[in-house]
Amino acid sequence: MTEKKIADAAAQVPPAVPQAPNPVPAAPSAENPDPALPEQADGQPQRDAQPVPTRGGMWTDGVPDVSGYGRLTTEVAQPAGQPIPEGSWMVAAAERLNTLVPGSISKAVWDRGELTWFVPRERLTDVVKALRDDAQLRFEFCASVSGVHYPSDAGAELHVVYHLQSFTHNRRLRIETTCPDADAHVPSVVATFPAADWHEREAWDMFGIIFDGHPALTRILMPDDWVGHPQRKDYPLGGIPIEYKGAVVPPPDERRNYR
Amino acid sequence: MTASTQDLYAGPGESPADRVYTAMGGDWDDIAREQAERADETLVINMGPQHPSTHGVLRLILECDGETVRSIRPGIGFLHTGIEKNMEYRTWAQGSTFVTRMDYVAPIFNEVAYCLAVERLLGIEDKIPQRATEIRVLMMELNRIASHLVCIGTGGMEIGALTVMTIGFREREVILDFFEAVTGLRMNHAYVRPGGVQNDLPENGLAQLAEVIKWLEGHLGEYADFCNENPIFKRRMMGVGIQDLTACMALGVTGPVLRSTGYGWDLRKTQPYCGYETYDFDVPVWDSSDSYGRFRVRLQEMWESLKIVKQVAERLEASAGQPVMYTDPKIGSPADLAVGPDGQGNSNEHVKHIMGQSMEALIHHFKVVTEGFRVPAGQAYVPIESPKGEIACHVVSDGGTRPYRAHMRDPGFNHLQSVPIQCEGGMISDVVVAVGSLDPVMGGVDR
Amino acid sequence: MGLEDKVPEGVLLTTVEAVAGWMRQASFWPATFGLACCAIEMMAFGTPRFDAGRWGQEVFRASPRQADLMIISGRVSQKMAPVMRTVYDQMPNPKWVMAMGVCASSGGMFNNYAIVQGGDHIVPVDIYVPGCPPRPDMLIDGMFKLRKIVAADPMGAHRAKLLEEAEQAALIAPSTLEMKGLMR
Repeated sequence: MTEKKIADAAAQVPPAVPQAPNPVPAAPSAENPDPALPEQADGQPQRDAQPVPTRGGMWTDGVPDVSGYGRLTTEVAQPAGQPIPEGSWMVAAAERLNTLVPGSISKAVWDRGELTWFVPRERLTDVVKALRDDAQLRFEFCASVSGVHYPSDAGAELHVVYHLQSFTHNRRLRIETTCPDADAHVPSVVATFPAADWHEREAWDMFGIIFDGHPALTRILMPDDWVGHPQRKDYPLGGIPIEYKGAVVPPPDERRNYR
Repeated sequence: MTASTQDLYAGPGESPADRVYTAMGGDWDDIAREQAERADETLVINMGPQHPSTHGVLRLILECDGETVRSIRPGIGFLHTGIEKNMEYRTWAQGSTFVTRMDYVAPIFNEVAYCLAVERLLGIEDKIPQRATEIRVLMMELNRIASHLVCIGTGGMEIGALTVMTIGFREREVILDFFEAVTGLRMNHAYVRPGGVQNDLPENGLAQLAEVIKWLEGHLGEYADFCNENPIFKRRMMGVGIQDLTACMALGVTGPVLRSTGYGWDLRKTQPYCGYETYDFDVPVWDSSDSYGRFRVRLQEMWESLKIVKQVAERLEASAGQPVMYTDPKIGSPADLAVGPDGQGNSNEHVKHIMGQSMEALIHHFKVVTEGFRVPAGQAYVPIESPKGEIACHVVSDGGTRPYRAHMRDPGFNHLQSVPIQCEGGMISDVVVAVGSLDPVMGGVDR
Repeated sequence: MGLEDKVPEGVLLTTVEAVAGWMRQASFWPATFGLACCAIEMMAFGTPRFDAGRWGQEVFRASPRQADLMIISGRVSQKMAPVMRTVYDQMPNPKWVMAMGVCASSGGMFNNYAIVQGGDHIVPVDIYVPGCPPRPDMLIDGMFKLRKIVAADPMGAHRAKLLEEAEQAALIAPSTLEMKGLMR
């Protein structure tokens, strides 16, 4: 009886995810909408496929441009970072986390000395719990939870960025989760990190990200009856034009600005 | 809604009503419903957002049973300025000006956190001129002393020790005079820019600094003399606002509040930046986890900051004449500010140089000031130790001349979350002491 | 020559307006309405170096019912605006409002969704003190100018006439858009 149960359980374990610091996602997901990007043969990290708006010309959009630079388009991508050094704590920590919560890290980026793990939102609660509780990881301190809105990242417009710190091991880590605009739900980490309470309220207030499981997700910075989420990219800055002595200076978001 | 049995609105000849309800604000409905369901006589009181305790526009919704606080909820957002969104429409250098107005009591720390994050994105972290880093450390430590003086001063004023406020601000004026001599402004300096600092110390800057040090050495001892053994001070502050280490870690609380629990976590020691590992200073801790412990920690931190200031003064003497801004003309701030005939502007030498001597310098000046420099795409999070705790800036760049997203992690935002854990079960008067010991600055909390 | 010569010694002739104005300007009691950075400078204004106590103004009243000057020191956010109006309404007459700093005067550097572009959208302001933040010296200068205004404040029928004239002037005054000329 017991053997059969174990066998069944074994059959249900998902296939082992490669434990390399840059695991290859199996299928297109929110974090990698373009799986056609080739993975490099030498195991180097895939080119990051999280696009940022294509920049055309030097000025902000919609402004007449006689400089001739208007035809210049630049595609900017968030950096893929450098390869994570072998034998560093980052490799060991990623392996440990993958053991505890399989399939947790869909992408790891080590860039400018900072480690970022992209975690699918379904795994988020398990991941943060493991990060806090496991002795080798011990990221007990959640410094900040902030939202970022990438309207060009189709299917993963809203990113939630968690900055964790381990007092025990004196390390820092960034966890990034995404969710689409159409279904802006992310599980709340308040049960693990009570510090995230107001931060998640702020992310809801400013970006419209709904944190499932948050005890009291209400507006915190804007008035309670405010409509809209101000820090989204499709929300205007909301200034007024300055009128003085016959001259009108438009508000900062309507001026002709360099980008 | 407030539920009160005392009818304040009854006129002289009228009989008072049994129960008077006053509705204000959208979040009161829940309180009222709970009130109506319970039959006891707790009173719901609103403290703020305009209230005499000078911590800015903080609203505390207290539910009191007599003098005891049954539940307390902080309401913030009354100073939300949209700084982070506004920064997305300004260049990277102008971000310094915006960010400095968040925690306005310790503005240099906001600027340094932001500039370190931008410099990390630029990849010039280790190429900042040594003198610029030293000046940053000097300004930060002086600002730490000034901020602690405000905290101790206003904290003392709130419990009735008015002299602590007057002497605190007297010391602070000496420091602010030095800031004015160096940066041109007493507060909200916009002095630390990505790449270094905006201008060097003035000619008699070091002499003035020596006087500041001498004054502080002579007067910082007064706070200890006034307060440490003062029986009223001790009775008001000991055992008030207790928050142990577990609670601090769980709620993301750092700074003097964390160090008052006995855990000596200071980012200047554990994750050094700006060359702090080369300075000789201690990290004071206390073990009582209460407001008195935080007060003692702050007092001692002022002395440690003064130690660092003296060490920096020596180094600045040795590094006189060296550049204070990253020398790449495409990034470093080009201006050489001096008081001109109209009271502002660039120095005559600089104008002569860009107008008469170097076309390239003129072009660089023009482009860096109008267009701004471009920062490669990526994100960075740099935490530093401000007088309140860990302050950090999470910047995201899309490769352009303006931040794509700039988010400040302000310590006060986390600290105010721990107001309920500190105050529930205590008395209303202890709320004032506890909030004062957390030292929130609403500009940073609400941004 | 005048009436003063015919009056016995030891009698001073003045007007009710002058006496009332002089008493009102002698000692404002500001309400604690510190909002942001300007509040720190306002606190510095009350401390020994700049010493508002010289003019009886160091008593910042917490309760607006006991105050007669509201110094809007700092940026007024959308959430704070109704609170500010409530506090202003709770102050008894005569009351004055000083907009300290550029954020209180016009929204300052924050031209965005969150900040009311000037305290005068919410309450009538009597004097604007620019600066970001204004030094306490500038605040003192603003106070002195306000005191001159207050000392000359008319009462009774004179006041009614003044208000009537001010309204007429405002009705025919050109809008700022129509005022052409140099920006300074």
